[in-house]
Amino acid sequence: MSPAWPTRARWRQLAPALLPALNLTLALALSAVVILVVGEHPLRALRLLATGAFGSAEALGYTLYYATNFVFTGLAVAVAFHAGLFNIGAEGQASIAGLGVALLCLGAGGWPTPLVVVAAILVAGAFGAGWAFVPAWLQARRGSHVVITTIMFNFIASAVMTHLLVNVLIKPGQQSPETREFDANTWLPQLHEVARGLGVDIGRSPLNLSALVALAAGALVWCYLWHTRWGYELRVLGHNEAAAVYGGIAPARVVIVAMSISGALAGLVSLNEVMGVQHRLLMNFAGGAGYVGIAVALMGRNHPAGIGLAAILFGALYQGGTELSFDMPALTRDMVVVIQGLIILVCGALEHALRRPLEALVGRAPAAERA
Amino acid sequence: MIELRGIDKAFGAVHANRDVSLSVRAGSIHGIVGENGAGKSTLMGILYGYYRPDRGEILVRGRAVVLRSAQDALAAGIGMVHQHFMLVEPFTVLDNVVLGVEGGFRLGPGLARARAELERLGRAYHLEVDPDARVMDLGVGQRQRVEILKALSRGADVLILDEPTAVLTPQEADHLFQILRALRSQGKTVLLITHKLREIAEVTDVVTVMRAGRVVATQPTVETTPERLAELMVGRTVALRVDMTPSHPAEPVLEVADLVVTDGLGVERVKGVSFAVRAGEIVGIAGVAGNGQSELLEALAGIRPVTSGRVRWKGRDLAETGPRTPRRWRRLGLSHVPEDRHRLGLVLPLSGQESAILGYHGDPAYNGPVRLHWAAVAAAWRRQVAEYDIRPGDGRLPTSAFSGGNQQKIVLARELDRHPDLLLIGQPTRGVDIGAIEFIHRRLVALRDAGKAVLLVSVELDEILSLADRILVMHDGRLVGDLPRAAATERALGLMMAGLPEPSARAVHAAALAGTEPA
Repeated sequence: MSPAWPTRARWRQLAPALLPALNLTLALALSAVVILVVGEHPLRALRLLATGAFGSAEALGYTLYYATNFVFTGLAVAVAFHAGLFNIGAEGQASIAGLGVALLCLGAGGWPTPLVVVAAILVAGAFGAGWAFVPAWLQARRGSHVVITTIMFNFIASAVMTHLLVNVLIKPGQQSPETREFDANTWLPQLHEVARGLGVDIGRSPLNLSALVALAAGALVWCYLWHTRWGYELRVLGHNEAAAVYGGIAPARVVIVAMSISGALAGLVSLNEVMGVQHRLLMNFAGGAGYVGIAVALMGRNHPAGIGLAAILFGALYQGGTELSFDMPALTRDMVVVIQGLIILVCGALEHALRRPLEALVGRAPAAERA
Repeated sequence: MIELRGIDKAFGAVHANRDVSLSVRAGSIHGIVGENGAGKSTLMGILYGYYRPDRGEILVRGRAVVLRSAQDALAAGIGMVHQHFMLVEPFTVLDNVVLGVEGGFRLGPGLARARAELERLGRAYHLEVDPDARVMDLGVGQRQRVEILKALSRGADVLILDEPTAVLTPQEADHLFQILRALRSQGKTVLLITHKLREIAEVTDVVTVMRAGRVVATQPTVETTPERLAELMVGRTVALRVDMTPSHPAEPVLEVADLVVTDGLGVERVKGVSFAVRAGEIVGIAGVAGNGQSELLEALAGIRPVTSGRVRWKGRDLAETGPRTPRRWRRLGLSHVPEDRHRLGLVLPLSGQESAILGYHGDPAYNGPVRLHWAAVAAAWRRQVAEYDIRPGDGRLPTSAFSGGNQQKIVLARELDRHPDLLLIGQPTRGVDIGAIEFIHRRLVALRDAGKAVLLVSVELDEILSLADRILVMHDGRLVGDLPRAAATERALGLMMAGLPEPSARAVHAAALAGTEPA
């Protein structure tokens, strides 16, 4: 048709990848300004951040270990989001799942490890789903908004965990509120150990089997959402509830199913933290991953592949940021959080701010050629 | 009065206006017709300062103007009456008129001035509206008058009306035309955008036809005919009437008795309606928008709960054997093409082929035990594209990328593909271009001729009159008329739509025919 066509089409293909990249660049540029203000050299800081996150096998291992959590919570937020629901309760769902996993591990002293792993995946999913089910049911049957109820359930989860750890599950004769260490047969295999068994050295890091579970979860979520009728129903509901009702879809049922899947995914964080790294249940082991998951899902455009990339970015910021604050004392842990905040702000809240200028730029080019 | 010269406007790859030149004489009523997507709305948007043309100039009273906003347009004397009213419902008429031109810190003086102005305008143009009535209490016709008053009180000499009769009864439309004529006689200029060719003939002096972004003709109205205009709009000859053989209705498929439907706010929208639809007939429900037809249709489709009353399907009461859900209805052989395809019938962000399985996504033809087989969905899509001439044929495009007519074809193809025993269809041709209207009407008649039942709800009287074998008239949630098409005239239907019961409507009609119409 008109000469504008190929450019428009190419723009449509490129936009999903180009925009986040541009946004990220903008966020890093803003961070550079902040680093300058603090009195450090921005490029050196950036290089430290990068080597801290990707510079060695150990660094990469740490980055991926953090990313594992964010994949789970990012997927959790995304599944709910596709159904038009905003699950802010991934943090609480992860903690309660941690309780389930801990109870299993404490009681599974003599079991073979593979059995414990399978049971733990089921228990983590079930506890997470259970904690999400109540807000889901309240939304579906009583119209209580999940945004509100899931936030409330984070506080309830936190209080329940504190009570249990301080009064019930605490290891006798100890001050800090945590359980005893689990028996070694219930520990998730560390990937560096597995690799060493195969004759490969990938450096010591807390990266464990749950990273592979995260990959599998991403693939399953992708299949469920885009290649089953249930995923179809979920997406229809998320886009247009009236059309869902017209199409014979029961919104209440889909809301409950979507939130339960979401909660189960969030619950899998406990595999990584409780079973893979700490080998005991302690307070706030989720460490804010539930909230970071919202940013990850937002940046990853609620698609498993995007969530994987965004999770690695945030994992890198966590890991690289820790290294950065070692080497540049002026850049404290809090400054790293500021940089994360800038990235969330630019890539999330201002996601489309660059879209129009960019489209205008692309749209104008062929017009100029014609003239 | 207004002259457009060489206006060009493109939105990305869509060339909405190409080299449009148009001259509107002061003190005339100028009609603009064209199919959806012909560029009428873009052109009016340019005139009202919403869009800026890529090329070309606008002259008002011989002087070139640049319109950057609605304020600029108003300053140039151009006012717009939107298709969807821009009124604050809980405010009074006066408040709405003053909104945006309060004139100063204190409201009092502005309100007093506006009140005086309203009275003057009301007298001059038969535009009487109670300035202290709340807009939410007014009927649609009156709300439209408020919109016109708003534009006039801001000093508009040129009024643009976008599809003004879409929501009016024929009588209300007549009143509107009187107002337009009064405006013309006082030297105002009116630009009337419409797709109803009858209105062009009735009220305009000059008519401009647009097709694919270009002006294809501008002629004095007296020199054209509706057939000629339709041909110009579509670019080929079209049949405005459907050829139908007499119907042969058989057994009732759907019987409704004393049906009451209450909306979410507890207001009764359908107040005890009884009728039957038999196999092999098209039953049309006529009525002004908002008189309960939408609620009736949605209740019958199982989307809205029924408050009371009985619904029988092929002689069996359904409530006794299970819930009345859309899923169950579909299995029984009832299809539903909803009135509002954007709200109900389609999921705009999803792809065309995803929308094309809505409601049938659980069909074993598309599903394995777990997987949804997109290859099967795509195959069904390709078949429907061929059979219903859906364009473009790429099922992976978002549903929103299809034009109104093609979106409607997607819904129609999906629902007719199952050869339903009863088709519920609301506003089948709303926002659909003439070429597609012809196609859709033929499919509905073909369905009837295949011995199926059709229940048609439409606010377009022409459509009801050309398709329905039997016409029910709905007013204020009740059926006020039930007559075979042969006995129906637009005037009689119009009176019933306004709430006159059938016998008196018939009497008035008979009197009119006898030439003794009461004043």
